[in-house]
Amino acid sequence: MDEMVIEMAGIIKSFYVGTPNELQILHGINMVIKKGEFVSIVGQSGSGKSTLMNLIGALDRPTSGDYRLDGEDISQLSDNELSDIRNQKIGFVFQTFNLIPRSNALRNVELPLLYNGVAAGARSRRARELLELVEMGDRLTHLPNELSGGQKQRVAIARAMANDPSIILADEPTGALDSKTGRLVMDIFHKLHRQEKKTVILITHNERLASETERVLTIVDGRIVSERFPAADPATDPAAGQEG
Amino acid sequence: MLFLENLQLAIEGLRSNKMRSLLTMLGIIIGIGSVIGIVTVGDSMTASVTSAMEGLGATNMLVNLQSKDADRSASLNNIGGASIKEEDLLTDEMIDTYMEAYGDSVIAVSLSNAGGPGRAQEGRLYANVTVVGTNVGYGTANNVEMISGRYLRDGDIKANRYVAVVSDKFVSNMFPSGKNPLGQEIKVSVGNNLQTFTIVGVYKHEQTMMMPSFGPDKDIRTDLYIPITTNRAIASIDRGYQNFIVMLSSSVDARKMVVDTQNFFNTFYASNPRYEVNAISMESMMSAMTTMMGTLSVAVAVIAGISLIVGGVGVMNIMLVSVTERTREIGTRKALGARNSAIRTQFIVEAIIVCAIGGIIGIVTGIALGYLGGYLLDLPTFPTPFIIVVAVVFSMLIGVFFGYYPANKAAGLDPIEALRYE
Repeated sequence: MDEMVIEMAGIIKSFYVGTPNELQILHGINMVIKKGEFVSIVGQSGSGKSTLMNLIGALDRPTSGDYRLDGEDISQLSDNELSDIRNQKIGFVFQTFNLIPRSNALRNVELPLLYNGVAAGARSRRARELLELVEMGDRLTHLPNELSGGQKQRVAIARAMANDPSIILADEPTGALDSKTGRLVMDIFHKLHRQEKKTVILITHNERLASETERVLTIVDGRIVSERFPAADPATDPAAGQEG
Repeated sequence: MLFLENLQLAIEGLRSNKMRSLLTMLGIIIGIGSVIGIVTVGDSMTASVTSAMEGLGATNMLVNLQSKDADRSASLNNIGGASIKEEDLLTDEMIDTYMEAYGDSVIAVSLSNAGGPGRAQEGRLYANVTVVGTNVGYGTANNVEMISGRYLRDGDIKANRYVAVVSDKFVSNMFPSGKNPLGQEIKVSVGNNLQTFTIVGVYKHEQTMMMPSFGPDKDIRTDLYIPITTNRAIASIDRGYQNFIVMLSSSVDARKMVVDTQNFFNTFYASNPRYEVNAISMESMMSAMTTMMGTLSVAVAVIAGISLIVGGVGVMNIMLVSVTERTREIGTRKALGARNSAIRTQFIVEAIIVCAIGGIIGIVTGIALGYLGGYLLDLPTFPTPFIIVVAVVFSMLIGVFFGYYPANKAAGLDPIEALRYE
């Protein structure tokens, strides 16, 4: 019996609604992601990939359609309710890390806990624990500019895990890294998926990275056009890969 | 979110941009500093004037001539050059009749005429003086404090004696060897005249706020009191007075005496087409003075307050720059679950902290300025705790007021746009 984390039905997203410039980006997305799944969403720029990610991440509301996160309809919530959803149910990992430059690694990881009202002592313990998990336990007091790209991304992943969210939403997490550090970061996502049983959604334009996941959804012009399961289909495995 | 967390965030923010934070604070520092400095000096001045006036005696009364033509007072006439004619002046005879009628209520009548600036010289020694012709009552009414010898006596006045009462400063300038000055003769040049006086008394010179003196202590000009009649002869001054001070006994009703005195002297002027007599108590002059000083400090404090508002606008400006600069950070915080209110609070707290730190530095600066001003004007200075509390609260309010708009702008940012901001 599979528990669904994300259920999207007939999601449409338009911009400039009601003006002559009205622009429909997503044309009815239907998508279901199971708890504990490692899914990638692949698309070229302009495909609607980012818009879909913003909707999944509760940064935006669909124009129409139904989006259930953990069984709760969140398509028409208020700003504050969306903030709370993002805080507790979603862990963002960005291409450019987006660490707060003035705060050290520990304080960066504490941030989502802070916005969740966790007390100082518990916050610090949890943040240390998470930094240990991503093997950054010896860099607690380093500022972001004292860390390498790979280290920054690991801190960012620890931060994404802070409130034990339902999904980790990673937007091109290796896009700003060389292939070797990118590899390390991908290994961490695999670890979170296997050991921590996390639901991980990877947004990328890189077919080879996508092929490491359990299921690949391809989006073209605002529609999901294909779904494949790389593990069951060895013919399309890493050989088709592009740049790192 | 907790206040402490916001405080920590704000301090992290300020520390990362020390120079800018300092420059932002500067407006607040100058604003608060000048308000406190000015109010401190103003209060000290008021206190000093009040105590000086009290020294003159709250029961003193000023009797003076004033023009019947309402637009031109006697003193203005004088400044204009058209001096009062001798026949219009108050005379010794009038004062004598007044004393016969009201002598029981009067301790002294203080009469004086100005002899002008002069200089005493003896070889290489010299002392600057202002020659003042006085009667006996002058010493009483003006609280002239004798150190040695005596003040002028009736005999000195009646006989036009060439005697003088000098200040302790005068003595230290003219008799540096410590020789007893009493009985010594001094040569004083006033205008084109050179006169010789015998010193009969030494008084303690008190520097007053009304006549602060600058420059070397040695050159200080102090009063040299000589008999009013002698001075009249030397400087060929008209007989009679434009004004004089009456020192009332403390047991009389000063208000009634003012009215009675004015009416009494006006009987002599009933038929005079140009002048009449006006009497005013020191008490009412003092309260007028205090009111004026108060108004003045308020006016200057308002101007300083405007500079505080300019400082506040500076804070707002920098906060707006800071919000723009940190757009991505704001986007990140929102993605991590910060509510709009949390972002708003963060920026407002930051603005409050800038203003509060600026305010505290400003208070220290203001107190220092107040003391400096007090030192230069030779005033006892006490910073008022009230104005300090007001300044701190006001500076924090400025933080809230001018921080609100930028903070609200930050809170209202669209997270998607903010995350995409380069």
